[in-house]
Amino acid sequence: MKRLVEKHPLAIRWFHWLNFPILSLMIWSGMLIYWANDVYRVGWGKTTLFKFFPESVYKTLGWSQKLAQGMNWHFALMWLFVVNGLLYVGYTLVSGEWRHLLPDRNSFREALLVTLHDLGLRKGEPPVVKYNGAQKIAYTAVVLMGAGSLFTGLAIYKPVQFAWLTGLLGGYEWARAEHFTLTVGYVLFFLVHIAQVVRAGWNNFRSMVAGFQIVDAQHPAAGEPVPAAPARPFTPTLPA
Amino acid sequence: MDNTTDYSAPPLPTSPAGESEAAVAQRAASRSRRAFIVGGLAALAGVGGWRWLLTRPADEGTPWPFRRVLDANGRLSQAYFRETRLAPTFPKSMATTRQNGNIGLAESFVTADWRLRVQAYAPAGAPARVQEFTLADIKALPRVDMTTELKCIEGWSIKVNWVGARFSDFLEKYPLATANGREARYVSLVTPDEKYYVGLDLSNAVHPQTLLCYEMNGQPLDGPHGAPLRLVTPLKYGIKHLKRIGTIAFVDKRPADYWAEQGYDWDSGH
Repeated sequence: MKRLVEKHPLAIRWFHWLNFPILSLMIWSGMLIYWANDVYRVGWGKTTLFKFFPESVYKTLGWSQKLAQGMNWHFALMWLFVVNGLLYVGYTLVSGEWRHLLPDRNSFREALLVTLHDLGLRKGEPPVVKYNGAQKIAYTAVVLMGAGSLFTGLAIYKPVQFAWLTGLLGGYEWARAEHFTLTVGYVLFFLVHIAQVVRAGWNNFRSMVAGFQIVDAQHPAAGEPVPAAPARPFTPTLPA
Repeated sequence: MDNTTDYSAPPLPTSPAGESEAAVAQRAASRSRRAFIVGGLAALAGVGGWRWLLTRPADEGTPWPFRRVLDANGRLSQAYFRETRLAPTFPKSMATTRQNGNIGLAESFVTADWRLRVQAYAPAGAPARVQEFTLADIKALPRVDMTTELKCIEGWSIKVNWVGARFSDFLEKYPLATANGREARYVSLVTPDEKYYVGLDLSNAVHPQTLLCYEMNGQPLDGPHGAPLRLVTPLKYGIKHLKRIGTIAFVDKRPADYWAEQGYDWDSGH
């Protein structure tokens, strides 16, 4: 027996899929801006492990000599990024979706078990309602990163009008470095996210487009106890 | 049952258990189809929007929708702007230099012959007035010494020690920005050869940290840094710090700005 489980509300799907091109274009335009003063690297002293970015990267991706274009995109799309982000957070609060997203005291232990499972070191995943502990932590962290990008961005966009904020973040140069570091964070998030979505398969991917996921009726329905999950007794599970 | 558990999320809504497998599959297929069609159309609309944006006629070096947004951002930040918000200042010992930008400085030039030309505000009906000043006139105004951060639009910044006269002190002594009880909206600054030019809102020009500057890091300004007199305003990117001021004009129409014409933000304010 199969059943449809309503996984992602329509609003969340729209916020998610709008955020994808908006954030991508924010990162792209940010790189056009960064090119004009590309001072960051990974390394110590005179040793550089990786420079952001080698000349070949700019060349291949066409990021050179486009500072004005980058700023113009960045300072237009910032509005969409912020509005979409605020609507998303507001929606999760009003709808109660935040209960699925906010990590609780079980989440960190659960995240460890999930990580061990994903690395092939442990059999069986912890049963979940919608998101496992690792997902809760990741999806909450990325929202906090969005807030971080907003504040560090404001601190370098209007460093005199918001001098208190710029000062709080360690000054103009630090705020710029923090803004950049958060961007590196999004790229890392994206890589893991894509890998996990591929791994989870079509049924899971479709739920972010169409909203539902098909589950086998062997999966307990609401109200049936889940064996091996004493802490979450009244919750159905989704297949991995 | 464990009552000490957290705010556990409620179970997700599920279709009824009795539904036949075929009915579930059919419902899934039709919902998928609809969702992917809507998603595809939205993606196409996005691509269309992108192409529309990039093919709009340019307004000062950038497609006009971008210019509109930049100008709206500029108006918003001017509305939020307060003269009382100051750029942070630093100890003079942190000051360094980095020379950048020679536009408007090519012509050879003798400081002793230099005069600052000021076109007074002349709204409709008021007579045009031009007044000239020597460097000594500017130096006679109260001397301000400040170390602030110069932020280049490229993204780097340095601390610089500046000495000069407040633009607002200059206007207090020579009230050239007002006429017939009205005040100009904008200030235009142009190099003697008219190759470099910037515009400022008058409210930014009269901010206490906007200087007509003649000394930098303890030395009189040298040629590459804009001798004999340059604009310094930590409220703006370095592109607005016009070197070697030739003419200042007070006007109601937004003045031409060298980098804004190349597609940059006219306001470029901090």
